[in-house]
Amino acid sequence: MPMTITEKILAEHAARKTVSPGDLIQVKVDMALANDITAPIAIKVFNEIGRETVFDRDAVALVADHFVPNKDIASAQQVKFVREFARRHDITHYYEGGDVGIEHVILPEKGLVLPGQVVIGADSHTCTYGALGAFSTGVGSTDLGVIMATGEIWLKVPPTIRVNIEGTPSPLVGGKDIILHLIGMIGVEGARYATLEFGGETVRRMPMYQRLTMANMAIEAGGKNGIFEPDDITRAFVDERSETGAIYRMSDADARYERVVTIDAASLEPQVAFPHSPANVRNLSECGDVTLDQVFIGSCTNGSLEDLRDAASVLKGKRAARGLRLIIIPGSPKIYREAVREGIVETLLDANAVIGPPCCGPCLGGHMGILAAGERALATTNRNFVGRMGHPESEVYLSNPFVAAASAVLGKIGGPGEL
Amino acid sequence: MMFQGKIWKLGDDIDTDLIIPARFLNVSEASELARNCFADLRPEFASSVRPGDVIVAGGNFGCGSSREHAPLAIKASGVSLIIARSFARIFYRNAFNIGLPLLESPEAPKELAEGDEVRVNLAAGSIERIDDSRQFASSPVPDFMAEIIKAGGLVPYTIERIRKGEAV
Repeated sequence: MPMTITEKILAEHAARKTVSPGDLIQVKVDMALANDITAPIAIKVFNEIGRETVFDRDAVALVADHFVPNKDIASAQQVKFVREFARRHDITHYYEGGDVGIEHVILPEKGLVLPGQVVIGADSHTCTYGALGAFSTGVGSTDLGVIMATGEIWLKVPPTIRVNIEGTPSPLVGGKDIILHLIGMIGVEGARYATLEFGGETVRRMPMYQRLTMANMAIEAGGKNGIFEPDDITRAFVDERSETGAIYRMSDADARYERVVTIDAASLEPQVAFPHSPANVRNLSECGDVTLDQVFIGSCTNGSLEDLRDAASVLKGKRAARGLRLIIIPGSPKIYREAVREGIVETLLDANAVIGPPCCGPCLGGHMGILAAGERALATTNRNFVGRMGHPESEVYLSNPFVAAASAVLGKIGGPGEL
Repeated sequence: MMFQGKIWKLGDDIDTDLIIPARFLNVSEASELARNCFADLRPEFASSVRPGDVIVAGGNFGCGSSREHAPLAIKASGVSLIIARSFARIFYRNAFNIGLPLLESPEAPKELAEGDEVRVNLAAGSIERIDDSRQFASSPVPDFMAEIIKAGGLVPYTIERIRKGEAV
């Protein structure tokens, strides 16, 4: 029976020859992930189940990246609880302090997630690793606690929506714009419970950091996972980081898709999502006059070294508009170090940016860079719900790093062409 | 399982940031989370919700973050079940995993209003408005999810699987 890449990976991990959309299966997990917000509940669940040890101490990643460096006493207690669990169970991949970066940035960077794997994380943006040709999806803490105890999860095999992306995009248009455009097209429910499988000629030339950005936002269309079939770009990325374990799977030519969507990337402008939905997308040229109080460049969506390079290329020799707060957060310590070495950090500091330590930062409105009532921010993050970045009467707009950097200089939403 | 309660009516795409804003996620005790449930959307909810009350909402309820704090806050506030046109998938899993039942109904969210009193038979998937005895259909809860609810959530369900030697 012909299968998609998602169906093949799930079938292999359920010890079955084939699976079909709708099948309820028990799946073996290669990597289980939780962060400082979701791990405490998962640990309580694990303790309640009563197993002595986690299923595989090398296959659990605990990353304290949301409210760190600890923002208050309650957060410090949470991280302490996770740290003590990690020590007690000798968890190999526990990260905090100078080792910590954003979970979805450091796991691929360190080669801890690989093509062909099943990766389950107690964080909705766990779908990021589909960029590598893995099946990865977000769950809640109870699921994660059960995985830590048993190494397994129940899953319903999702139907797949194939997204073909064709044409050569303009230099200021990348993965972020394509995924925002898609979410605008199909809506925040458009891929609910489904797989978004990205293909087409544009994708075959798309660098890994942009694939990570696209897979990361599959959840914003309600998707279970976003996935790219692996190719030479995947192999090059993986070979640099891991010696064994990658299994390269492709969709069969006659695999069944619930729906096929085509995007002409050549005709795309940079995209901006307006409040309060990632599907409320407009072309940059149609944004009108939107003045800004804050610009944030970073997050699991756009916190890569290449994203910082893009921002720096726009900000070089310029300064953030007077009164505008520009916050830039590298996704990992490695990216931070490289950004220092390349002179990017100096360019950003010269532009009057505040550089934060690798973490989720203001993205979820809990820590560092929170908005007051009536304030507006443009961010390279993934969601702009009501109150997402602070006061319920504040507003968040979403864009790529080029547009975010240019807008910081302009003091309002605009592109590098307006500088 | 039968439930009876007063309706809290919400709209489409109620995301988990609206259910429990991130600034309240520095704790994980359900009772503390309940105190800030719908803090920005319905500030009066936490103090006036009554045990057994029912949330009725539109499409894609619980979209956004995977925070289990969202269904935990709702459950600990006393809400007995949620009826919506559709649910976001992580929220759907999380709710059943912690023993908070959900019903999908295309019709009920259109017809039911804030303050209506309903009686719900979970097994039959039937929803009845007390006032006029009007019935609304819903998709039956899948057998597997019903099993989890019957066990009291995924944790007791898993403990039982381990006891029976079904889980490694």
